[in-house]
Amino acid sequence: MAGKLKIHVDPNKCQGHSRCKSLAPELFELDEYGNAHEVGDGTVPDGLEDKAWLAKSNCPELAIDITED
Amino acid sequence: MNKPIPVTDWVSDFDHTDPRWTENPYPIWDELRAECPVVHTNRFLGVYMPTTYEAVKAIAYDTEHFSSRRIIVRNSRPPITQTAPPITSDPPEHKPAKQLLLPPFTPDAMKKLEPRVREICNELIDQFINDPSIDAAARYTKHIPVRAIAHMLGIPEQDGDLFIKWIHEILELGITDEDTLMRAVEEMSHYFMGHIQARKSKPTDDLISTLMNARGPDGQPLSDMHVLGSLRLLLIAGIDTTWSAIGASLWHLAKTPADRERLIAEPSLMPTAIEEFLRAYAPVTMAREVIKETTISGCPIKPENMVLLSFPAANRDPAMFPDADKVLIDRKENRHAAFGLGIHRCVGSNLARMEMTVAIEEWLKRIPDFRLDPAGKVTWSEGTVRGPRQLPLLLGAAR
Repeated sequence: MAGKLKIHVDPNKCQGHSRCKSLAPELFELDEYGNAHEVGDGTVPDGLEDKAWLAKSNCPELAIDITED
Repeated sequence: MNKPIPVTDWVSDFDHTDPRWTENPYPIWDELRAECPVVHTNRFLGVYMPTTYEAVKAIAYDTEHFSSRRIIVRNSRPPITQTAPPITSDPPEHKPAKQLLLPPFTPDAMKKLEPRVREICNELIDQFINDPSIDAAARYTKHIPVRAIAHMLGIPEQDGDLFIKWIHEILELGITDEDTLMRAVEEMSHYFMGHIQARKSKPTDDLISTLMNARGPDGQPLSDMHVLGSLRLLLIAGIDTTWSAIGASLWHLAKTPADRERLIAEPSLMPTAIEEFLRAYAPVTMAREVIKETTISGCPIKPENMVLLSFPAANRDPAMFPDADKVLIDRKENRHAAFGLGIHRCVGSNLARMEMTVAIEEWLKRIPDFRLDPAGKVTWSEGTVRGPRQLPLLLGAAR
């Protein structure tokens, strides 16, 4: 069984398309400019793994990284 | 005004205002892409066009060799007198100018505007719901963005027709007619200066006042010219772009009953459908000016040329999108570039998505059955923003 997923938004790459926030609102937050960052330390709760991958595969700036603990 | 010479060789002599390009650009782009990742024409004083997603992205990210000081390809390159920050800005001026505009356009800010946009859509539908046939561009799609942006700016929604006239003169006629372009820009500046002056004595709770109260990076209030430039940008960029996107979406649904029925049966598909319409029918082609010699996808790029930065062509690149030429309303992976890539990501993207979603939702609720009117002709705008300018539809079930 694989470990937990962890997501991270690279703030230098994010341009605020907010695709991640609309696809996985539980995993991403937006700042006052609409740029995204991960919720908490980025650990993906059980059951939300598909949403994390979906967000990553729709980011036009390739700003989202997913690692496995 | 001389009529342009018709194109016989797209690869070395393309013209993005040629009627065939306006009517159906997709096969032309496929031909160009198959030939070269970056093509060139001597028309419009020299223009490159990247044809692949990779080449479009490389140029969008490269602010060292490509400037945004000119963002529309025209017949002439008059001296730059009127700017529209941040869209016409390069680093380092770009970021502070953009940050001023971002907070009013976040998804949360758009949620507050959404109820008014639903009302606008229904007010429009009320006026033609009993008509058997309408031009949906003239009666519906055209009016939604202009009223929404007027509502945000705090200017009368009825002034919309004036804005639509200026935008047509600047973005379409202005490609070849400099006098019309200049006159439209003057009229628009004069109009907005009046609204800026009025708010100096009587501040309001709207986007114009927000901009007037904003502080620049030096801690000082923005100059009237900066506020004016940003207002000009919001109006030019926020209207016929979304009008085009809504129109193209309706056009697709009118000619594709299977997608229309599926979207009504499965409303949860709306977000992927909207993203797919944005990919397949992306309305906006920006431009850059080459300021330093470089190479893109192996092709030499020389200064003195403009670049037609075709996000719509990038969105049709089969190397990036499987079945790129098919419209799949449940496409799961969709990194389309309809709102640009890199620092110039469209500031109004959340507004555009909300308007598209609401406009299609409200239309489908009240007019589930509609199709193209075979007696009419769909016409498309040319140049920088492509979308249906005439969209004759028959409303109601086929009899």
